Amino acid sequence: MRPLFSLFVGLAFGIGLCLSGMTMPSKVVGFLDLSGAWDPSLAFVMGGAIAVGLVLFRAARPRLAPPSTRVDRSLATGSILFGIGWGLVGYCPGPALAAISSLEPKALAFVAAMLLGTVLHRLVAALRDGVAAFGRRGDTTAEACA
Amino acid sequence: MVIDWQNFTPWASLAGGILIGLSAGLLALRSGRILGVSGFVSGLFDRDDEWLSRLMLLVGLVAAPLVVGLFSPLAAPIPDVGWPVVAAGGLLVGFGTRMASGCTSGHGVCGLSRLSLRSAVATGLFMAAAFVTVFIARHLV
Repeated sequence: MRPLFSLFVGLAFGIGLCLSGMTMPSKVVGFLDLSGAWDPSLAFVMGGAIAVGLVLFRAARPRLAPPSTRVDRSLATGSILFGIGWGLVGYCPGPALAAISSLEPKALAFVAAMLLGTVLHRLVAALRDGVAAFGRRGDTTAEACA
Repeated sequence: MVIDWQNFTPWASLAGGILIGLSAGLLALRSGRILGVSGFVSGLFDRDDEWLSRLMLLVGLVAAPLVVGLFSPLAAPIPDVGWPVVAAGGLLVGFGTRMASGCTSGHGVCGLSRLSLRSAVATGLFMAAAFVTVFIARHLV
């Protein structure tokens, strides 16, 4: 990745989010509320993005590491936790970051909490990996003793 | 089911979606990277030689509404919920997306475009959880 190119990509991606309506929590919740007056717009966002994505990602396949195929409990639990947070507020990570520039206190607070959640997960993962590494070290010692 | 025709914006949403797919696809083509916003955010805490590039992508994302605002008045997006819900939602989104290694962009756009089963499972689950959460929050509580 080159810094200037990724700036351009981030801008284009963010403008896409603004155009699409994803940056408006009320519109996102209007899509997620099937039993109220349903606004299907966001299905068009997904449809447009994936229609283009199918072609470009196919072309990019030689450049990309093969996708992981592991479907495990942390994928499922994490996705459900994320979905609950998304439904509660109407922000997923991209639109939340785009909302920073509005300087709205609630948008800033959401991003701060999101960063805290990110750091929290990194700590939990580091602790787990540390314990696992410690366990492995124990194993080698045991082998050495044997 | 009642359609909310008043707020329905198929063309703007389709155009926005196409731009989202284009930018994610171009990053994959040119840089071989998956445009996952939660991963880029988490990557701010990793010091390696792509750190600046990750930061710049996020800077572009944050600046985008200002650029759009130059051409059209932009309604400031404010979530219509109280402070505790904002805090809880942010924590859940931050922690959950990292536990699942992806969010709407990484799994929903890039993963589905790559026909990844893992991403299809993730997207199905976070959409289902969001539908149920909104139903409970709007119609039961």
